[in-house]
Amino acid sequence: MEKRVTFSKWTIGILFAVPQLILIFTFFYWPAGQAVYWSLTLQQPWGGGNIWVGLDNFRSILSNASYWDSITASMIFAGISTGLAMTIALVLAALTDRQLAGSWLYRVVLIWPYGIAAPALALAFRFILAPEAGFMAVVNQVWPGSWDPGLDGTDAMASIIIAFSWKYVGYNFIFFLAAFQAIPRSLIEAAAMDGSGVIRRFWDIQFPLITPTIFFLLVINITESFQDSFGIVDIMTAGGPANATNLMVYKIYSDGFKGLDYSGAAAQSIILMLLIIALTIVQFRFIERRVHYR
Amino acid sequence: MVERTPILNFFTHLILFVGFVFCVAPFVIVAIAASHNLKDVNDVPMSLLPGSDFWVNIRTAWTTADLGPKLLNSFIMAFGVAAGKVIISALTAFSIVYFRYPGRMLMFWLIFITLMLPLEVRIVPTYAVVANVLEPYQAIMDLTGLSWLIEKVSGVQVSLSLGLLNSYSGLILPLVATATGTFLYRQFFLTVPDELTEAARMDGAGALRFFVDILLPLSRNNMAALGTIMFLWAWNQYLWPLLITTDQSHAMAVTELKQLIPNVGGAPEWHIAMAGTLIVMLPPLIVVVLMQRWFVRGLIATEK
Repeated sequence: MEKRVTFSKWTIGILFAVPQLILIFTFFYWPAGQAVYWSLTLQQPWGGGNIWVGLDNFRSILSNASYWDSITASMIFAGISTGLAMTIALVLAALTDRQLAGSWLYRVVLIWPYGIAAPALALAFRFILAPEAGFMAVVNQVWPGSWDPGLDGTDAMASIIIAFSWKYVGYNFIFFLAAFQAIPRSLIEAAAMDGSGVIRRFWDIQFPLITPTIFFLLVINITESFQDSFGIVDIMTAGGPANATNLMVYKIYSDGFKGLDYSGAAAQSIILMLLIIALTIVQFRFIERRVHYR
Repeated sequence: MVERTPILNFFTHLILFVGFVFCVAPFVIVAIAASHNLKDVNDVPMSLLPGSDFWVNIRTAWTTADLGPKLLNSFIMAFGVAAGKVIISALTAFSIVYFRYPGRMLMFWLIFITLMLPLEVRIVPTYAVVANVLEPYQAIMDLTGLSWLIEKVSGVQVSLSLGLLNSYSGLILPLVATATGTFLYRQFFLTVPDELTEAARMDGAGALRFFVDILLPLSRNNMAALGTIMFLWAWNQYLWPLLITTDQSHAMAVTELKQLIPNVGGAPEWHIAMAGTLIVMLPPLIVVVLMQRWFVRGLIATEK
C-alpha cells in the first residue's frame, strides 16, 4: 500500500530516518556482521588479531556433545512449554469468550503474568518449587527425595517449564481472546440455530477460524522460549544440574562471557540466528495465509 | 449465551476459576511469604495466613539489595527506551510513508530485518560495540583509507573511542535499535486519509508542520500503546543490563534480584527474597493494571 499524496522535498524525508538508521547500523548490522566475522576466525590467545579458520568454529561446536545436549534441552523446553502455555490459554480464552457472568474478571486478571519480569517470577517459582521450603516440600515430606530441582535434571527442567508457561499463558490468552472476539457473532448464532452445540461449534467454526492465530503464537512462543528463558534459567537453575537446563542462549552467555570463547559463542549465535530466521520465514508464509482467511 | 447449557456452564465456571487461582496464586504466595519471619516461611507446609513481619521484610530487602537507586535506574532506563521508541519510530515511519526517494524500499527492508534478530542472540558482538560505540566508524575509516589520509595531512592519528558500558545511553540505545514501533506507526499512517495531507499542503504546511501539528496528535493512541509495551519490555530486560552494568551504581532492580537468592550454606531467607520479588514485580503490574487497554492494544498491534 502506498500513499497517493506525499511531500516533495525528499532530502528532508531522509533526514527523518537518519536517527533510526544510525542506531540500527551501530547496534544491529555492525554487531551482526561482527558475529559472522568472529565465527569464521579465531582469536589468538596472545593477542595480535584474529586468524581465519573458515568453518572450523562451526565444526568444533557441532562435534561437541555438550552443544547438542544444549540444543536438545532447548527443544524439549520449547516444545513442552509452548504446548502447555498455548493449550491452557486456548481453553481459558474459549471459555472466557462464552461471556458468562463474571468473565470480565478473567479478562482482566489472566493477562497479569505477562507483565512480570522473567527473573522476578523465576525467583517466586524458585521458592514455590523449592524442595525444602515452599510447596513442593509437602510432596517431599510424603515421598522423601522425590523432588529436587537442584540435583535432578528432569525436576529442574520441569521447574523452568512451569515458570515460563505461567508467564506465556497470559500472553497467549490475550491473542486468543482477541481472535475469538473477532469472529462474527452471527456465525455462531447461525450455527446454533442449525442445532450445533457449544463443543461442536468450537471445533467446526471457532477453531478453524483462529488457526492463523495459533500458527502465529506457535512461532512467537518458540522464539520467545529461546530468548526470554534466559532470566528464568539464570535465576532458577543457572544451567544446572549437570547442564540439564543449559539452554542455547544461556550457553552463548556462559561460553562467551564466562569462558571468554568469543569465536565459539559467535558461531553459536549464528546458528541460533539462522534458526530464528527460519522460524520467521515460516511465520511470514503463514501471515500471507492469514490474509486469505479474512 | 445462545442457549441454556447448565452443565457446561458449571464446568466453564469451574475451569475458569481454577485458571484464575493458578494465575493469582504466585502473586498471593509471594505476598504472604514476604510477611512471614524466617521460621514461618520455612515451615512445611507454609501457613497461608499472613504473618506480621511484612514491612520489616520489605525494609530489609530494600536495604540488602539497595533497591532504591536500582528502582530509579530501572525507571530511567524503561522511560528512556519507551520515549526513544515512541519518538524515533514515529520519525522513521513518517519518512517511509510520506516521502518518495531513491532507496526507500531498501531502507524499509533494512529496518524490517531488525525485527528478526533479538538482542539476546547477538549479545556478544553488541557488547563489544557498546564498549566502544565508535569502533564501527573507526573500522570504516581505516578500511577506506580515510584515517591514513587524515594522519598524512594533519599528523593526527585517528582513534575514535567512546565507551558506553555502565552508562544510561549504553543501556538504552541498543534496546531502541529495533523496528517494533516503526511498523505500528506505518500501519497507522497508512490509514490516515490523503485528504488531510492535501488540505494541510493547501494551507501551506510543510512536511515538518504536518508531522508535528496533524500526524502526531492523531497518533496519540498509538503512542500510548507503544509506550506501555516498551516500558514493560524495557523494565523486564535482564540479560542486557546484567552484562553492561558491572558498576553497582548503574545496576537495575531486576538484575539485583539475584543477590536475594538464599545461598546454599546460609540461612534460607526466603521471606526477604520474596519481599524483594514483590517490590520488583509491583511496578510493571501496576502499569498493566492501569494501562490495560493500551497494553492489550499495543501487544496485538505490534505483535510483539
